[in-house]
Amino acid sequence: MLFTMANQSLHYHNRLILKNLTLSINAGEKVAIIGASGAGKSTLLKSLREQHSKDLAWCPQQPGLVPMLSCHHNIYMGQLENHHFLANLRQLVLPSKPVKAAIYNVAQELEIEQQLKQASAALSGGQAQRCSIARAIYSQKDILLADEPLSALDFIQAQKVMRSLCQHFPTLVISLHNVELAINQCQRIIALKDGRILFDKPSSQVSPSDLTLVYN
Amino acid sequence: MLLAYIKKISHLSSGFHSLRLISFLLFALTFLAFLLSDLAIHSASPLYEFSLMAQGFLNPQTISFDTLLPALYATLAFAFQGVMVAAVLGFLLSLLFRYFYIRVFAAFIRSIHELFWALLFIQITGLTPLTGFIAILIPFTGIFAKVFSEILDEVDKKPELSLNPQIKTFSLFLYTRVALAWPQMKGYLLYRLECGIRSSAILGFVGLPTLGFELESYFKQGFYAEAATLLYVFFILIASLKYLVKIPMLPIYTLAAFIYLPPIADISWPLISEFFKHEIVPTSLQEGNIPAFFNWLNMLWQTQIMDGLVNTLALSQLALALTGLISLLIFPFSSKLFAGKITRTVSQSSLIIMRSSPEYLLAFIGLLILGPSMLPAILALAIHNSAVIAHLVALQSQTLCFREDASKGINLYFFETLPRLYGSFLALLFYRWEVIVRETAILGMLGIPTLGFYIDSAFEEIRFDRAILLILVTAFLNILIDNIAVLLRKQMHFKQQPLSF
Repeated sequence: MLFTMANQSLHYHNRLILKNLTLSINAGEKVAIIGASGAGKSTLLKSLREQHSKDLAWCPQQPGLVPMLSCHHNIYMGQLENHHFLANLRQLVLPSKPVKAAIYNVAQELEIEQQLKQASAALSGGQAQRCSIARAIYSQKDILLADEPLSALDFIQAQKVMRSLCQHFPTLVISLHNVELAINQCQRIIALKDGRILFDKPSSQVSPSDLTLVYN
Repeated sequence: MLLAYIKKISHLSSGFHSLRLISFLLFALTFLAFLLSDLAIHSASPLYEFSLMAQGFLNPQTISFDTLLPALYATLAFAFQGVMVAAVLGFLLSLLFRYFYIRVFAAFIRSIHELFWALLFIQITGLTPLTGFIAILIPFTGIFAKVFSEILDEVDKKPELSLNPQIKTFSLFLYTRVALAWPQMKGYLLYRLECGIRSSAILGFVGLPTLGFELESYFKQGFYAEAATLLYVFFILIASLKYLVKIPMLPIYTLAAFIYLPPIADISWPLISEFFKHEIVPTSLQEGNIPAFFNWLNMLWQTQIMDGLVNTLALSQLALALTGLISLLIFPFSSKLFAGKITRTVSQSSLIIMRSSPEYLLAFIGLLILGPSMLPAILALAIHNSAVIAHLVALQSQTLCFREDASKGINLYFFETLPRLYGSFLALLFYRWEVIVRETAILGMLGIPTLGFYIDSAFEEIRFDRAILLILVTAFLNILIDNIAVLLRKQMHFKQQPLSF
């Protein structure tokens, strides 16, 4: 069992968001969290993150890139903790060939290889989001927690990126507003509503009437 | 929509591009300055002198109140008189700042350092309380005029626009702009008062009876233990200012200052007229001999002005670079992002001591230890100014927001913090650039061959025409640097003063 919650209540800024939550997620599962905005998806992800903050890649809703650094460096930051600070400093001043190549590959997969040299402040919303995803992939962890990572991408792009994510991360918990994408790519759907779990079932069993309930 | 977006992108990337360019220029100029400068240690035994001084500072000796109190009172009196009257005059000038000539006038009077004004007025009004008062009054008026006009320009215009336009302009101005700008003006006035006390103390080095006078004589005689006591009193005074000085008490203090040390002097009008008509005008001009005048100019250019300018620029460039480097190294110790409570307290207290120490005094002490070269001056300027910048950068670093998974320690510093702060750090550095150049010229009076050295020598040789010309060159240099700094800050998109000083 990778993540567990037994009868847990979650708060955000001292406000009760989710009450009496019970769930468990195993390694190797691909889980999508859906729900109307304000349902508590971000709060749930944050709390899951605290259980394994060191061993997972994290993709917050706001990419939180360093605006003055290039897209390349923002991606490299996924690996900071794995290297000695002198090595990191060297990469900041003068990126090495193998690192450049590795980051180029990830960027190419997400179609932002043209933007690698740009300061991240100059990226569009969709490009910034993909840069943040590239950082998560480059960090080479087994688990991804992502909070609406595809919100600024069009459907085709979102599908491609989602497929990449599923390839790179054996375990994945991701909040999505695009239900179709969630059902197509993840095996398990957790729906949140009114401060509790509305349903938690395999995506093959989610019916259209279930979904009407989530968003009404 | 798209157009606005493209504009935003080009604006941002040009901003980063110019940051990089400016950093490179800074580096290149520093290297050039390094080649041009004399950084040797000329003292025979710097460590021995330093150990003597350290012993003195660890065992401060009591000094008599008869020595301490008059010097302390005179320091405070000049500062309160000069700064308070300058604030009023500066405010009045700031109301007229839309006129070009007023701006030029203010720029001119603030471009000449208070020590130079003092040297000049000593010739006219002697070593009198009037000289101390005027020496602070004149440059501070120019500074207040500029800063007050900036503050008044930057206030929110909405309250003014929402009022009935029939209200008289002055009432409107008073009730909206001044009212809105008041908190900031108050803060700036108190900061300037602290600067005024430092300046006033330093006026002792040219002979006025302030703390600097006693400090210089103790240091020169090697009475380090007594000098230490005096210096500790000075630090305690600066540190306790914010508790002792509140705005409503300022008029009372000022009045007391005027009663204790009335700014009067025996003025001999014939002497003054002689000074302005003959002594400060080159003989060649008095005789109407223009070729001789140009010969004189050329001679001074070859022998003093060029050398003074090159040395002033080289020294200030090295000081600027070292200031930047030290600030970036020490600010993390004062920031919650990197340091615990104890480290922060120690670091912040050291910064207060570093920035309360006047550069002139630090350079003077440095010269005693290291001997006459540019090194002590560079160190002095860097110590004082990096403390100012490190304090402000540390404050700003605490306002940054990071992702939950942001790295820690050195990685946090280089990848998340420094890139985000670098722009405003450079802006702060350029604010200090003007201050550093202004101060570098002055340090020449300690024997380092910057412009101040030649000015001081000219006064000693009673060549007032030469002294005035060199002071004008220095003023021109300061105005030039001031304008370049404004231009650079505009390039980097920092229009207003980043944080308050």
